[in-house]
Amino acid sequence: MTATTTPSPTASPRPERRPLTSRILGLWAWLVYLWLFAPIIVIIAFSFNKPVGKFNTAWKQFTFDNWLHPFNKPEYRDALVTSLQVAAVAVVIATIIGGLMALALSKYDFKGKGLVNIVVVLPLTTPEIVMGSSLFTLFFARNIGFGFTTIVIAHVLFCISFVAMTVQARMRGFDWALEDAALDLGSSPWRTFRTVTFPLILPGIAAAALLSFALSIDDYIITSFVAGDRTKTFPMQIFNANKVEIPPQVQVLATMILMFTLGLMAIGAWRTIRRTATT
Amino acid sequence: MAGTTNTSLRKGRKSTYGLLSPAILWLILFFVVPMATLLKIALSTKPDPWLPNYTFAWEWGNFSDAVSRFSSELYRSFGYAAVATVLCILIGYPLAYFLAFRAGKWRSLLLGLVMVPFFTSFLIRTIAWKTILGRNGPTIWFLEHAHLTGVTDFLRLTSNGSFLGTPQAVIGGLTYNFVAFMILPIYVSLEKIDINLLDAARDLYDVPAKAFRKIILPLSLPGVFAGTLLTFIPAAGDYINANLLGNANTTMIGSQIENLFLSESNYPAAAALSFIFMAIITAGVLVYARVLGTEELSA
Repeated sequence: MTATTTPSPTASPRPERRPLTSRILGLWAWLVYLWLFAPIIVIIAFSFNKPVGKFNTAWKQFTFDNWLHPFNKPEYRDALVTSLQVAAVAVVIATIIGGLMALALSKYDFKGKGLVNIVVVLPLTTPEIVMGSSLFTLFFARNIGFGFTTIVIAHVLFCISFVAMTVQARMRGFDWALEDAALDLGSSPWRTFRTVTFPLILPGIAAAALLSFALSIDDYIITSFVAGDRTKTFPMQIFNANKVEIPPQVQVLATMILMFTLGLMAIGAWRTIRRTATT
Repeated sequence: MAGTTNTSLRKGRKSTYGLLSPAILWLILFFVVPMATLLKIALSTKPDPWLPNYTFAWEWGNFSDAVSRFSSELYRSFGYAAVATVLCILIGYPLAYFLAFRAGKWRSLLLGLVMVPFFTSFLIRTIAWKTILGRNGPTIWFLEHAHLTGVTDFLRLTSNGSFLGTPQAVIGGLTYNFVAFMILPIYVSLEKIDINLLDAARDLYDVPAKAFRKIILPLSLPGVFAGTLLTFIPAAGDYINANLLGNANTTMIGSQIENLFLSESNYPAAAALSFIFMAIITAGVLVYARVLGTEELSA
């Protein structure tokens, strides 16, 4: 069988050509990663820079000062605290209601499912600037005060769709008969959810929450429309001040956010590895 | 009960709508209703130039005013976004291919690494590019010492020996900031391809390029389609890159909308422009979906 399907002489260049394309692809991958990480390396490096003047954008001298005093710039510290508060509230709300929606969409067939699917996708295909301006007109027309609450409302909105789709992707192919098995064995519906369904969808929920956190803490465009004059998030503070000053604390706090998110990702990866290793 | 397969969906009950209602309510109240408000204001007049109020009047002229006043920004936004999207495909497709078929045991790690830069602030990454490409940055220093600025000027990578303040810099920023949204969907569609199919393709076409064109490329088109939407739409609406990396001649539509809303307080004109922008994008997406003939919009 294998002897008859060995390559004919016409296919002989293949063994020499495949390594070459592989090598080119590998080289390309290295270049792309270098390009992707160049700004990250610059950010981390400049968090150790002692700048001259107000802009930490030209290399001068190595220092630990910025890391010893990361919160020396109160307006950046306060903006980061606001961002973290917004992200915390928005992630919890978006993960719960988006997760419930994903559960309904992947488990049940119901009237109007097609329409629901379209409404979930629409926010993803709407430019941020349009979402921001439409929310602005709504809050303005209804005389709703701009501030923390309106920012949270907007962030939950753009996170819901991501949560619903991430969790749904994880539940595709989920064996709902496991729930029946638990119920048949006398488990209550709530206990079944807690001990059977939830642990199985937890990785999806965690991934969705992490993604929502990253989206929320980084958003500028929509936030700038719904924040009003008094509330400032971290990206807003940086954007509004970047023509006046870029203190090294910006790079320090950005590196901290990166480390925090990477830490969460690593915990997730480690738990998955441990689980697959033990089962 | 015995006849149902494992993955078949259950009939929805009242409780299904209970699970759905919080999210649906949120989407209606803060997505559908605001869009209606935006349309209403786009059709209003602004009676007093000094006050931020408006009167609803079926003022369709706002749309044509917006198009004629901001046509160059509209062209520019869609042009920049289109070039950036093509660059994202050219850069992202080979990488996704590498990750799907050649990365071996490093695959998950390398895939995770694609996401890492996107967990750092978008703004700070763009500011970092300003450092890298700036007048006093390493790239210009190198080009000047190697006497290559003439070459890069000729190649249109720089203008007058400078990277920043050019359309190229803005397009480069857009490409950088949205490329992950291209790599991931292409990777997902490539990864789904059955490995046996690849072997079959190699046996069927003795030229690897032909096997790629006939088998792999068509199967990965849904990923390219999804990636194109996920890069083009945010890139067209973005104005951070234009603001940080461009100059006064690279203004994009987003900053005009923001300006009309937040600085000029001319809500009818701003809403009309915002609505036109979305309408063009929606029409483009529909045409694109039709041409590519895929129904992968939701996947």
